[in-house]
Amino acid sequence: MSLPAVVPLSWYLLLSAVLFTIGVVGVLVRRNALVIFMSIELMLNAANLAFVAFARDLQSLDGQVFVFFVMTVAAAEVAIGLAIIVNVFRLKETVYVDEINLLKG
Amino acid sequence: MSQLPLLWIIPALPLAAVLLNLLIGDRLGKRGTAWLSCGAVWLAFLATVRAVVLLAARPVDDRVVTEVAYHWMKVGDFSADVAFLLDPLSSVMALVVTGVGFLIHVYSVGYMAHDASFRRFFLYLNLFMFSMLTLVLADNFLLMFVGWEGVGLCSYLLIGFWYTRPSASEAGKKAFIVNRIGDFGFLLGMFTLFAWGGSLQFDRVFAIAPHVFAAGGTIITAATLLLFLGATGKSAQIPLYTWLPDAMEGPTPVSALIHAATMVTAGVYMVARCHTLFQMAPISMEVVAVIGAATGLLAATIAVAQTDIKRVLAYSTVSQLGIMFFACGVGAFASGIFHLVTHAFFKALLFLGAGSVIHALSDEQDLRKMGGLSSRLPWTHGTMLVATLAIAGMPPFAGFFSKDEILDHVFTSGHYFVWIAGMLGAAFTAFYMFRLYVLAFRGPSRLTHDAEHHLHESPPSMIIPLVVLAVLSAVGGWIGLPFQHGGHLLERWLAPVFAPDPVASALGETAHAAVEHAENVSLEIALMALSVAIAAVGIAFAFRAYLQKPDLATRLQQRLAFLHRVWLNKYWVDELYDRIVVSPIHRASERLWQFWDVKVVDGAVNGVAYVFEGASAVLRLAQTGFVGTYALFIAVGAAALVLHFLRAVPRPVREDDDLVVREVRNRIDGCRP
Repeated sequence: MSLPAVVPLSWYLLLSAVLFTIGVVGVLVRRNALVIFMSIELMLNAANLAFVAFARDLQSLDGQVFVFFVMTVAAAEVAIGLAIIVNVFRLKETVYVDEINLLKG
Repeated sequence: MSQLPLLWIIPALPLAAVLLNLLIGDRLGKRGTAWLSCGAVWLAFLATVRAVVLLAARPVDDRVVTEVAYHWMKVGDFSADVAFLLDPLSSVMALVVTGVGFLIHVYSVGYMAHDASFRRFFLYLNLFMFSMLTLVLADNFLLMFVGWEGVGLCSYLLIGFWYTRPSASEAGKKAFIVNRIGDFGFLLGMFTLFAWGGSLQFDRVFAIAPHVFAAGGTIITAATLLLFLGATGKSAQIPLYTWLPDAMEGPTPVSALIHAATMVTAGVYMVARCHTLFQMAPISMEVVAVIGAATGLLAATIAVAQTDIKRVLAYSTVSQLGIMFFACGVGAFASGIFHLVTHAFFKALLFLGAGSVIHALSDEQDLRKMGGLSSRLPWTHGTMLVATLAIAGMPPFAGFFSKDEILDHVFTSGHYFVWIAGMLGAAFTAFYMFRLYVLAFRGPSRLTHDAEHHLHESPPSMIIPLVVLAVLSAVGGWIGLPFQHGGHLLERWLAPVFAPDPVASALGETAHAAVEHAENVSLEIALMALSVAIAAVGIAFAFRAYLQKPDLATRLQQRLAFLHRVWLNKYWVDELYDRIVVSPIHRASERLWQFWDVKVVDGAVNGVAYVFEGASAVLRLAQTGFVGTYALFIAVGAAALVLHFLRAVPRPVREDDDLVVREVRNRIDGCRP
């Protein structure tokens, strides 16, 4: 089986799906808040990849514009999320989410 | 009419005082509250006087003023307005209510001066005035019922005024519940009238009644008897009189205002107001007369044996109300109202005098611990003596004229049994009233050392109302001097209301009256002499038994031990009611509570709770508290949704589909059923 001349859309989508799934699994199974955070970023970027792929395929700029928005939001989220994690670590000396259970009834 | 009588303002004034008292009463202090309450009632009295003067200025056959304050409700043909009616009958009532009410308000300022709940007392008192004036001035049954319930509520609140005393709150409840029975009758009577008469407005019902009811028929008899049941509740007649003596738990001015002078006469007023209906039902009239006579005699005998000064007066009130009812029962409505007026004067005075005595003796109410007060409380003594003579029926005091007129009417109408009961009642009344007088004011002092020490005459705010009422009790009867052509002053004033129906008057009045008048005068004088003699015997006997030969009373008590026991225990009526009504209801309620409340109602409520508890015990397992678990649920759910939509909408195969797409499609098609 020879490689196609142009990488077809479905390959990008497949990569995006794989990245997203890795992100989901990472969020679900990891205990370290920082790793969970990275996994979330992975999911966001998987979505970005899908957006860009479609934008290219459909010859439309809309998807690329969306990507900029997602990146902006992701940047803000990272800033706040990391701040929270730093504060939690100062308070509890841990970033393992199963040990941060003060609010559990 | 150039000037409006402004009827709405009469009940509105006390209501305004209530609202002001509620809003800013705490800033007014006792003085301010007293001024506010008394001032409002005084202004209401002036407004009433003005309205009555305007009414009197109108021609005799046009002395009816109605005034619609606003339309309350209108459903189809039915309409009920907040409308007020001033005619000679309601004007007399309104004058008595505001006049006597004002005096009692003033008296209360002195009597309640040391009470912590001074403001609350005047709040209730003003609320009562508002309700009573609504009742009296209402121009339809519905608004009258509003006032009727309002005075019932105030009565309850004021009987239980000292609610920390269990006996007071019990008495309040008893009054309320017993009155409810009567009110229920009143309601049913009202429904009956509406069902057949189609209206609740007085003038319309009375105008239409002869056309829709057969005279003496079942329906009119039932309706009037139901209305009378309401009257027996409010006016304390057999079988619903038992609440009134217990109502003496309230402060004494309340007993004077509500349970002697005004509220308890509402039943008499209502019967007089509905005289057109009652006269169409001879059986009801007969029932009214007999109940009145029976109550009059029964209560008078009970009063003989009571030792609590207020209870004697309470039974006396029941008895006097009986007299008013049998006056109505024999058709002498004007005389009934006449007695209502004079009774309001002297009974209010008696209660206020008793209150003055109780106040002076530091809350001692037992007649056996009084005696010899005449020199120590000269004003109270003098005014009480006037009232006692008035109620005993001694000329020329007020009670004599009204009571005599009634007995005369009863005799000439041929109700001899009622007449005998009335005469006996009068004799007993003279006796027990002078027994009270002698025990309290004459003879040696039997005061406790403590009471003796604090003994003092009451302040002027209490004495002045006593004096005014004493003057009224002395001369108030003169509005009804007998032997006048065309009836006495009050009779002529009330004539437009109680006008005999046209047919009878056309036959009677002219020819009849002239002949009968001559016979009547001699008969009336004879009856008068007889009743005075009977009263005198009662008085003399009281003096003899309790003052001159104190052992006579004790001997009599031993000789008539059985009778004394019966009277002292009030014919065991309370015990009887308890046995046949109260206890069965208690027991039935207990059963119902055990079954219906505990098993069914609580069972349903608790059952629902158990179901939710069980369900949540299972569902709680999903709530682990770990964010990861929740995220898993979200991921699984999202995946399921994606799968669902992909399966539900098959995408047609396209030529340019590449390998990956075909592979995914095949996988998904493999899952499709």
